[in-house]
Amino acid sequence: MQVAQKMAVPQRRVVASRPARASLKVKAVAAVQKPSSSKAPASLTPEVAKDLYYDMVLGREFEEMCAQMYYRGKMFGFVHLYSGQEAVSTGVIRALRPDDYVCSTYRDHVHALSKGVTAREVMAELFGKKTGCCRGQGGSMHIFSSKANFLGGYAFIGEGIPVGLGAAFQSKYKKDVLGIESYDSVTCSFFGDGTCNVGQFYESLNMAALYKLPHIFVVENNKWAIGMNHPRATASTMGDDEPMIYKKGPAFGMPGVLVDGMDVLKVREVALEAIARARRGDGPTLIECETYRFRGHSLADPDELRSKEEKAHYAARDPIPRLRQQMIEWGLATEADIKALEKRVADEVEDCVKFADESPKPDKGQLLENVFADPRGFGIAPNGQYRYELPGFSSGTAAVS
Amino acid sequence: MFKSAATLTGHTMVEWMPCHVRVYELTSVAGTLARIVSQCRITMQARAFSAPRGVVAQRARAAPRAPTHNARGSLHVVASAKKKELFMWEGLREAIDEEMERDPTVCVMGEDVGHYGGSYKCTLGLYKKYGDMRVLDTPICENGFMGMGVGAAMTGLRPIVEGMNMGFLLLAFNQISNNCGMLHYTSGGQYKTPLVIRGPGGVGRQLGAEHSQRLESYFQSIPGVQLVAVSTPRNAKALLKAAIRSDNPIIFFEHVLLYNLKGEVGDRDEVQSLERAEVVRQGTDISIFTYSRMRYVVMQAVAELEKQGYNPEVIDLISLKPFDMETISQSVRKTRKVLIVEECMKTGGIGASLSAVISESLFNELDHEVVRLSSQDVPTAYAYELEAATIVQSSQVVEAVQKTCGARAVATA
Repeated sequence: MQVAQKMAVPQRRVVASRPARASLKVKAVAAVQKPSSSKAPASLTPEVAKDLYYDMVLGREFEEMCAQMYYRGKMFGFVHLYSGQEAVSTGVIRALRPDDYVCSTYRDHVHALSKGVTAREVMAELFGKKTGCCRGQGGSMHIFSSKANFLGGYAFIGEGIPVGLGAAFQSKYKKDVLGIESYDSVTCSFFGDGTCNVGQFYESLNMAALYKLPHIFVVENNKWAIGMNHPRATASTMGDDEPMIYKKGPAFGMPGVLVDGMDVLKVREVALEAIARARRGDGPTLIECETYRFRGHSLADPDELRSKEEKAHYAARDPIPRLRQQMIEWGLATEADIKALEKRVADEVEDCVKFADESPKPDKGQLLENVFADPRGFGIAPNGQYRYELPGFSSGTAAVS
Repeated sequence: MFKSAATLTGHTMVEWMPCHVRVYELTSVAGTLARIVSQCRITMQARAFSAPRGVVAQRARAAPRAPTHNARGSLHVVASAKKKELFMWEGLREAIDEEMERDPTVCVMGEDVGHYGGSYKCTLGLYKKYGDMRVLDTPICENGFMGMGVGAAMTGLRPIVEGMNMGFLLLAFNQISNNCGMLHYTSGGQYKTPLVIRGPGGVGRQLGAEHSQRLESYFQSIPGVQLVAVSTPRNAKALLKAAIRSDNPIIFFEHVLLYNLKGEVGDRDEVQSLERAEVVRQGTDISIFTYSRMRYVVMQAVAELEKQGYNPEVIDLISLKPFDMETISQSVRKTRKVLIVEECMKTGGIGASLSAVISESLFNELDHEVVRLSSQDVPTAYAYELEAATIVQSSQVVEAVQKTCGARAVATA
């Protein structure tokens, strides 16, 4: 029996269309979603479609490899996997330019990959090696890349959003104050449903609208904040049965839109419009993506609270097979093309693991190297020299007070 | 409304009405200045001591001016043909103005820094010169705008973020600790956060517990930040310029009661090292380490101690983190006794860290245990007497020196 889900097709305008979220009473389903009968969007060229597909498959395979590596003792600590949410990362980030910025949370591996951080750099970082993008100093929750304009993963939810706002402020400053007319980079900040109760979210919504910053708020509403189901943590918006995060946008002075976060083309369509809006100087947008993580909150989460039915429902809406089907149906790619893309992903993931495995660990001397941009911050030693000038300082055992 | 301390040798110590009084009473800036001018006595005259180390461009020093007494109730400005004397708030404002002129990526963010001119006037009128975006009036959301400052700094700007009162920055602790302090490290050196986080702290005049906090002790453990405390108009301006130019995040402590302190300031090239302490008075008997407003409390005590035949060395730490161990250890080796006088609380204060460092690294140079005079571990009461009992007074400093150094013969000076 096919999934009895009616999905309202989003309108062309940036207006909310609401998937029937409330009706999750379907039984477990094995069959893949029936292909849509609509035509491909005009902007979807074969190149773009393949890029989207490759990016989603890379995200999925990378995360699944992380799970394997974690259980084999190659990475430690808190690792939060993104499997299932690829349509959001791919749909939004692949619509950006290299000089645009992305700011993420602790669930940041796939955002980083979509933005252009190499799989090698991320995997090596996860293995804690010095060839990692952050020299092994950040870890899973703190992926940064200045090359890719990836402003970081953040462990505390909400604390990345103002940082993303700062990048947007810098963009507007460059244009309005420094007079670089052509400068119109935008920033996207990603965060979850739980974050929408953090004060910084609201502080940022207000400032983004007040200063008309080129910033896009992307809420990945996967309905669960560790073990808190979204309606248990958040009051319903007035007149609704459940909380509607996108409705908080207009309250703060910006459009809010809800989109099916399991459909990469729909996410991309909404993202393109929000990005164009920001680039024009018309200000921020709040995009709520209804999505789902197939795995637990982190690899340490037993994931016992979510029902089998709910998981099956979303498994049937897996964005990757959906795009695959659409590409075939619309003649954007052949089976052979798709197989080739998947093989490339497999090779890339295998390569990045090999690279990370063979990479050296950080030297002890690295301990003090990046505490300060200006090492004079370590102060002056009794003999009058700045501490960082003392021999042995870089051995990582020098006294610093 | 204010009491003046005992007249020192030619210098009159004053207690100043905090600038924020104008919030309640006045509607115009001109009116504010007129009122403060009419009610302030002469401020502490800058003493011509030996140039603090690390001052990059030094002016030629004239001989100390003869001290003057001022007529009651009138501001008697000792005009100097050569040197410029400004209020500390003017010096800070000049530093910000000069640096904004010099570098177009320098900008200011904070509550009421723009049209209002800053609650302590440190950005007075700057928005007219630089526009609303470079002198950004933020909504009341410390954590939010501190984070916005971090993001702007990471992507190439150099924001000066003002806390209207340093205490309000408790709300920004998340951003200051996690992002400001740590990002350069967790990003493996890819991003830097060249922010200056500045504002007034310390105990004022009956401002109540929450407006009288000393956050230097709360922030000192954050890895990756430097802490600086200013005390004179000259070092305030020179240090703020250095802080703005620094690539590190600097937490810059001003004091509510020092904004109307008048003194010499340097020119646009004078920057002061953020890591060096200032020797305020050379001496031999005991090393008194202090910072911010307590410097004046100590100097008040010193006037009394000199009469009693003591010869204390007074060092203004300036850099609360990291400590200038060269100046500190040289002083301790000379005097072999240490007194720390600070305004933050005893528990976990700057003095606690300094005391530990001295005990560990200079143990054999000491003839006496390190003595700390700090604020009581109590919230600062509103009532004047209780407030005074919370913080260190000069009589306590005198007593501590007497106890540590022992009795002295009659003064030889």
